[in-house]
Amino acid sequence: MAMLGTAKLMPNVPQTEPAATAVSIRNLSVRFGDRNNEFTALSDVSVDIPEGAFVTMLGPSGCGKSTLLRCVADLVHISDGSISVFGRSPQEARESRDFAFVFQDATLLPWRNVLDNVRLPLEVGKHAQTGDHADPHELLAMVGLKGRENALPHELSGGMRQRVAIARALITRPRILLMDEPFGALDEITRDRLNEELLRVWQETGTTILFVTHSIPEAAFLGQNVLMLQAHPGRVKEFMKVDLPFPRSLAVRDTVEFIGVTAHLRRLLEECL
Amino acid sequence: MSHVVSSTTKTGAPPERKIALLDATAGVLVKHMPAISAAVGLVVLWQFVVWFFKIPTFMAPSPVDVAYAFQDNAKILWTNMLPTILEAFLGFVFGNLVAILLAIWFVHSSTAEKAFYPIAVFIKAIPIIALAPILVLIFGNGLAPKIIIAGLICFFPTLVNMVQGLKSASPAMLDLMRVLSASNTEILWKVRLPSSMPFLFAALKIAATSSVMGAIVAEWIGSSFGLGALIIEATYNFRSPLLYATVVIAAVLAVVLFFIVSVIEARMIRWKPAGSH
Ligand SMILES: Nc1ncnc2c1ncn2[C@@H]1O[C@H](COP(=O)(O)OP(=O)(O)OP(=O)(O)O)[C@@H](O)[C@H]1O
Ligand SMILES: [Mg+2]
Repeated sequence: MAMLGTAKLMPNVPQTEPAATAVSIRNLSVRFGDRNNEFTALSDVSVDIPEGAFVTMLGPSGCGKSTLLRCVADLVHISDGSISVFGRSPQEARESRDFAFVFQDATLLPWRNVLDNVRLPLEVGKHAQTGDHADPHELLAMVGLKGRENALPHELSGGMRQRVAIARALITRPRILLMDEPFGALDEITRDRLNEELLRVWQETGTTILFVTHSIPEAAFLGQNVLMLQAHPGRVKEFMKVDLPFPRSLAVRDTVEFIGVTAHLRRLLEECL
Repeated sequence: MSHVVSSTTKTGAPPERKIALLDATAGVLVKHMPAISAAVGLVVLWQFVVWFFKIPTFMAPSPVDVAYAFQDNAKILWTNMLPTILEAFLGFVFGNLVAILLAIWFVHSSTAEKAFYPIAVFIKAIPIIALAPILVLIFGNGLAPKIIIAGLICFFPTLVNMVQGLKSASPAMLDLMRVLSASNTEILWKVRLPSSMPFLFAALKIAATSSVMGAIVAEWIGSSFGLGALIIEATYNFRSPLLYATVVIAAVLAVVLFFIVSVIEARMIRWKPAGSH
């Protein structure tokens, strides 16, 4: 994979206070359905995501991880409580392109080639033309797809498509990356490689990342912090720090410390059930 | 003079290109060999049956009779084909255009959909042939009623398919566009319309053949021109070879329209839907 200069990918983050809060969630509740048939997906969730942090989210299926992420992205209506993204409402943050979202499947537009898919965020929205952005060719080189600019999505493998989606997310130089099981559908080897690449991108860009996963090793390997959610109703079980030094390489997973972390996470997850 | 110019450019074409063209033609012939042999076989069988059972020409003409009818009636066939082509084409364009615009409106306003979809279904339920006399009474005997009927026949399949196509954009794609703060217009142009294209072309291929049928059926009702009128006239005068020749032309017309739509489709849609891996 081609390495890349860091300078051009740095988001325009004012480098004032180092530990500012990127996302602040206060007493968040989300209910679906109508009055007679109400379902509480999230109840009284409060958490602060520091700027520049890599936070992974774990929890049993259906506990509301996606819902929480989608609330931050202004895709789900908040019933109670509040979310602030760099001091603004999710809607304002969305309109000023503070965050980008990576979905479980790549959701590329099948009629656009790789390059045009990566450029899509520059063509739509109020801020389409204004604002500086990363160079799509550079991003494609970074995710190892140099030379495939003209390929159509159906000509790519699943892992390649997901890398295009990541390049598309990075084109606006978002201050926050929201990722909902982005590597969930990939084989283990591809997933490992993309994990390493993602860590590298994170360290090069200083982007805040909120990353949902089902995999305990993935959560431990990527996260500075793990946000564990618990179901019925969805709420915070624990917000814990992962005590493993950066930069991390895949070999870290064979260390005793790593195994200790995953064992602890597994215990917590079992308590959630 | 123009055809002279074109003929000189033809002879001026480099020989390699001619050979490539020959190769391509031969390739197409080989590829469709089974279909071609079957068609030729059926025509020969038809000739044989007519000859063997001594079927009178007014009842069922032999292929040879029909071939002579083409030759003898070339001018009549030609002058009657032109208005039918025009009606079918204009009906195709207007019927589909209205259907597409209506579908876009329905997708953006569920009130509009609830209000007008049932009416569209009702119009569809009226037998077209019963509508023709009404339209002739209103619009007279010119091209207008034929174009309207050809258009009406195209309208409904395209409307249904287009609404479905515009709604076929996956929820994930719409989420993506929302995260990008795309406007409804941007979503329409960048996501909904492109993803509706396979649905639209499926309908256009149906519309291509049925628009010809619509034009011909409309010409049955008191018209003095068009392939439809020619069919009626040939039938009443027992000119069976002419009748058959007219029917062949109508079919060829429909096939050509279908073919044109297919070629445009193949050029426009080179992608495969996201789910087809
Ligand atoms: N639009 C919706 N309408 C009604 N209920 C919903 C909706 N979206 C989510 N839910 C419900 O909210 C709960 C949480 O869903 P969510 O998708 O956030 O879970 P999750 O933690 O992401 O699960 P998974 O790990 O399986 O992806 C589920 O019980 C789900 O049925
Ligand atoms: Mg989920």
